[in-house]
Amino acid sequence: MSATREQAARLVTELPPTPAVWCSGLHKQYGRRTAVEDVSLEVGRGEVVGLLGPNGAGKTSVIKMLLGLVRPDAGEVLLLGQPAREPAARVRVGYLPELFRYQPWLSPTEVLALHVRLSGLDVSEQERRDVLALVGLAERARDRLGGFSKGMQQRLGLAVALVARPELVVLDEPTSALDPLGRVDVRDIVLSLRERGVAVLLNSHLIGEVERVCDRVVILDRGRVAASGTLGELLGQRELRLHLTDVPAGARERLAASGTVEQEGEWFTVALPADEVASSVPDLVADLVSLGARVHAVEPGRISLEERLLGILRAGADERAGGAA
Amino acid sequence: MSTVLTVAQLTLREASRRRVLLALLTLTVLLLALSGWGFSRVAAESGGSALTSGETRLTASILLNLVMFGFSLIAALGTACLAGPTLAGETESGIALSVLARPIRRSTFLLGKWLGLVVFGAGFVVLAGLAQCLVVRATVDYWPPQPGRALALLAAQTVVLLTLAVLLSTAVSPMASGVVAVGLFGTTWVAGVVGGIGASLGNSSVERVGEVSRFLLPTDGLWRGAMNAFQDPTALSLFGDEGGEAFPFLSTAPLTTSYLAWAVLWVAMVWALAAASFVRKDL
Repeated sequence: MSATREQAARLVTELPPTPAVWCSGLHKQYGRRTAVEDVSLEVGRGEVVGLLGPNGAGKTSVIKMLLGLVRPDAGEVLLLGQPAREPAARVRVGYLPELFRYQPWLSPTEVLALHVRLSGLDVSEQERRDVLALVGLAERARDRLGGFSKGMQQRLGLAVALVARPELVVLDEPTSALDPLGRVDVRDIVLSLRERGVAVLLNSHLIGEVERVCDRVVILDRGRVAASGTLGELLGQRELRLHLTDVPAGARERLAASGTVEQEGEWFTVALPADEVASSVPDLVADLVSLGARVHAVEPGRISLEERLLGILRAGADERAGGAA
Repeated sequence: MSTVLTVAQLTLREASRRRVLLALLTLTVLLLALSGWGFSRVAAESGGSALTSGETRLTASILLNLVMFGFSLIAALGTACLAGPTLAGETESGIALSVLARPIRRSTFLLGKWLGLVVFGAGFVVLAGLAQCLVVRATVDYWPPQPGRALALLAAQTVVLLTLAVLLSTAVSPMASGVVAVGLFGTTWVAGVVGGIGASLGNSSVERVGEVSRFLLPTDGLWRGAMNAFQDPTALSLFGDEGGEAFPFLSTAPLTTSYLAWAVLWVAMVWALAAASFVRKDL
């Protein structure tokens, strides 16, 4: 009997960990307006996923549905492996809302104490002080929030999201009220969360921020997932632009072997595969030189996430315009 | 359970930190002092034998009920105006977002808020009412026949009104919820007085106005029960039963058990409605 139990226990422990967030077919209608339509996404344990999209794309609605703050009309949500309908699924979830407001009659210390009590976890006072210090509020720990600036309230919101030892942190526009230094702080915090294996779902307008910290990106447009994938997948293959003269046939073959080649006068653009190794560019250049081609310039070409995002959104708009016509 | 207590405690802390407690305390002291002065004048008049002992008891009963009405009005305004900001205000401003994203049920959160308001509102009327009874005892040597019952009914009246305010604040804006709750409280009281006049005139259709309003919102019914327990039983005989009906600060009949049961059921139903509305609310 105990052997069977042990076996079962081993089976369970050997199961791959459930994703931090899993949702499927989320749908939300406000009156006649469809805010979210058939959104499915996943955030793996320890993964940082960025949620991008224009205003009104449904990003905040999706986040609120994940956290049980908005009732989806259809769809399923699992948080840390538990159905999100159950409040217990949120024990290890930290959340910084887009609309960050905390009880103005409390102090940061009291706000954290309240959230720790509500989370039902035992978080020591030292830990709480450390979190306040991490977001730069150690000096104001006992002041009433009534007199806090927006930036300081957002810092407190970050501390609230981090205080109850989360395994998943949902940050909705976490830097909207912060100065450049504060933004760097947030970036460092997100990176350190990833190092500790904490999953992060980050909704941000700052594409640069998302590009720096996120493993994967989900792009929402008009309530639907317009694209999703790792940065490599989304940004596609890397390009290499070469200015070459006196290109012999052998060098052309070598170029073609590296990837698809396009030629415009003396400029050759080679699309390198996404999984290319670091040495492939110097190897290619050395080979071209040895094959007799004269190399004048080599430029890496990589489209930015911003260009890609705009491209996806414009393509969506064109499609709708075409459909309407 | 600990979540309910945490939220209730938070609501009480809000009331004290937002200076609601201080404002109520100031108003109460003012009202106590004024009534103390008024009652001492009654005592002076009756001492000069301008009033018979029966008249003194009648005057004391009426004045006591009048001041108690003042307290119940303060409690009504206080709790209704507190229920709005603490519930609708928090959902509107976004304070509720981070709290409700914690592993707690919304109904538990609502129960905590309601409990905090109950302790605050009921605690206020009981303490202020008790202080008033003591003032009356010290000045005109009148002690109500059933002070415990009377104060409990005053507290119950506050609970009824704040439960209504909680329901309203799950559906409408903080300002509207306070205004509507206090407005309904006033309307029911006026309807009760109109019903009393109808009874004294023997007009049953006018009398029904009071009965229907007391059924729809039990604040006035409970208030009449409280008055009956505060006033001297012989006081009414001076008026005659029908004249007493018409007078807004005397009550002819004690509260029936069935009405009390209805009030309890009413609170439970309205609270359940509030919870159902709050659970379904998109934040």
